[in-house]
Amino acid sequence: MAEVTTTTPTRQGSDGAAPLELNKHKGSPARPVRVIVGAVGMAVTAWFVCNAFLAFAYYPGMFANSGILIGILGLVVGIGGSVLFFYFLNLCIEGFPTRFAEGLIPYAFLLPGFSLIALFLLYPTVQTIVYSFANDNSTAWVGLDNYTAIFSTGHFWSTLLNNLLWILIVPVLSVAFGLAVAVLADKLSPAGENAAKSMIFLPMAISFVGAATIWGLVYAYNSPGETQTGLLNAIVTTLGGDPQPWYQIDAARLNSLALMVILIWLQTGFAMVLISSAIKGVPEDTIEAGRMDGATEVRIFWQIVFPQVRATLLAVLITVLILVLKVFDLIYVTTNGLYNSDVIANLFFRKLFTDQQAGQASAIVVVLLILVIPILIYQVKSFRDQEANR
Amino acid sequence: MSMTMKDGRRRSIFATIAMPLLAILWTVPTIGLLVTSFRSREAAASTGWWTSLWEGGWTLDNYAQVLGDPSISGSLINSIVVAVPATVLPIMFAAFAAYAFTFIKFPAKDVLFIVIVALMVVPIQVAFQPMLDLLGPRGLGINGQFVAVWMLHTGFGMPLAVYILRNYMATLPHSVVESAKIDGASHFQTFWRLVAPMSSPAIAAFATLQFLWVWNDLLIAKLFLGGGENKTVIVSLQQMLGTQGQGTELLTAGAFVSMVIPMLVFFGLQRFLVRGMTAGSVKG
Repeated sequence: MAEVTTTTPTRQGSDGAAPLELNKHKGSPARPVRVIVGAVGMAVTAWFVCNAFLAFAYYPGMFANSGILIGILGLVVGIGGSVLFFYFLNLCIEGFPTRFAEGLIPYAFLLPGFSLIALFLLYPTVQTIVYSFANDNSTAWVGLDNYTAIFSTGHFWSTLLNNLLWILIVPVLSVAFGLAVAVLADKLSPAGENAAKSMIFLPMAISFVGAATIWGLVYAYNSPGETQTGLLNAIVTTLGGDPQPWYQIDAARLNSLALMVILIWLQTGFAMVLISSAIKGVPEDTIEAGRMDGATEVRIFWQIVFPQVRATLLAVLITVLILVLKVFDLIYVTTNGLYNSDVIANLFFRKLFTDQQAGQASAIVVVLLILVIPILIYQVKSFRDQEANR
Repeated sequence: MSMTMKDGRRRSIFATIAMPLLAILWTVPTIGLLVTSFRSREAAASTGWWTSLWEGGWTLDNYAQVLGDPSISGSLINSIVVAVPATVLPIMFAAFAAYAFTFIKFPAKDVLFIVIVALMVVPIQVAFQPMLDLLGPRGLGINGQFVAVWMLHTGFGMPLAVYILRNYMATLPHSVVESAKIDGASHFQTFWRLVAPMSSPAIAAFATLQFLWVWNDLLIAKLFLGGGENKTVIVSLQQMLGTQGQGTELLTAGAFVSMVIPMLVFFGLQRFLVRGMTAGSVKG
């Protein structure tokens, strides 16, 4: 391995401690002092950071009740603490004999990150599954009661149907619009392309609550006869129609569709950016070859460009799909699930927060978890394929 | 002559007409909010915002009131206090993990990374009930404090951070790391002196995504910070959305105030965001 890489010109990049090379090959013996100093250092750092963070929470008065001060101290303690922790961790590991240390180091690097993942994602997932078989204050087992309770209500099935509609409609349309914009923008002058893309990308910075406020002005409804202040109803009445309370119409799930428009509006920019970069990556000569053969632009797109960006389209579709499954804020701040517009995440929130039915809330999350399993398997599989091709 | 552009491509008439139309369609709702936020309640309730050019009703009062309201301006500061540490804290943990995944061979590496890929799909709702127990009065009792939300966002953001950073690091030339090793640098030194600085575009990309996500988050802020003194600006806005009559004119101004900072961050770091998202994250 060494013979291949010694010739790389970047060698001076690290501050060439050439003498260490010899040392490294021999392997260094155990240095117990380092191990101990490192271990003690880690413990003290962790202890200090934890106590500092708890102090922010328990005694805000010590920090003049100032959010800004707590924020700055949190940053300093958090970053400084993690630098120190990794320093001592490394010191501790390097104190072991070289061969042993080499094997240990990857796990040491993963340890802090994975501890957080285990604490905030893995443990709660297991715990939630357990809670779904327990009563509302998690003091006694109730078997499958929570599941039978949720599945026996018509509301839950209506909610599932809504989620299904969201899943079928939003990802496909977001990708379709993203693709259309990416293709059209690619044909403009660079300045025009940048301006158009920025305008479509902008909603990505807007929160769901902000978007709901913005679209509230589009969907606003005033009684017939009054001036319509909502853009959509103004257009409808100008065309001679009657104003409609859009969020309240559950016929054909029109209210859900109105809400989906908001999410598509938010997500198209994201889709566009990824698709656009894939389109720009299509080799020019494949397109040129199509032109030589006299193919129309439309045909060139479908037969040459599209197959080459299909993988990206699929990846974007899945990303939006994952987001759609968890959609909550939009429904919560607009209809709050009334008029048959509920979705799983909002139902979960209501059960947990408003109704205080932790057992059923957990069961709902488990249903959501089961729904994402196919996507999860697909993601892992496509990741493996990608790695095999790397 | 006018059929081709400066760079020699043919001009597409369809695109020159359709694209501006789409761009305008995408922008109109936001412009509606911006215009309405500068109109008085009476004007906004009696005429559409698009008529304001001739109907008038302009005022700066909404902004004066929103920024003068200590509850709203306080929540704006709270949002910064929540978002900045929650954006910065995950980065170092994730970067070390990503380094190990990219440059070190070790048993169980694939399995561990697949855990990361899988966890990006798992909805964070699974964590809420156990976390309310752990952080709430039944556990540590720090619910409602900034620390609780920093920790949650750090944990929840970790899989995405590791994933983005690892994919970016995989595009760095391995020879650089190999030669550092031959020069006797330890992994710790290689990480600090070479890989971390070289990964700064991906770090910026993750930071942008995480900042937007934390700033715009309603669910975690509402459950773990609540609607009281420590509420974020998004929770403020959500509370305003529920009001009727008096005070509705503040909603639009409040919404715009809540959007300004994420938009500045977004446009400031857009370049990195696009590069980080497209580098390896979604590869055909």
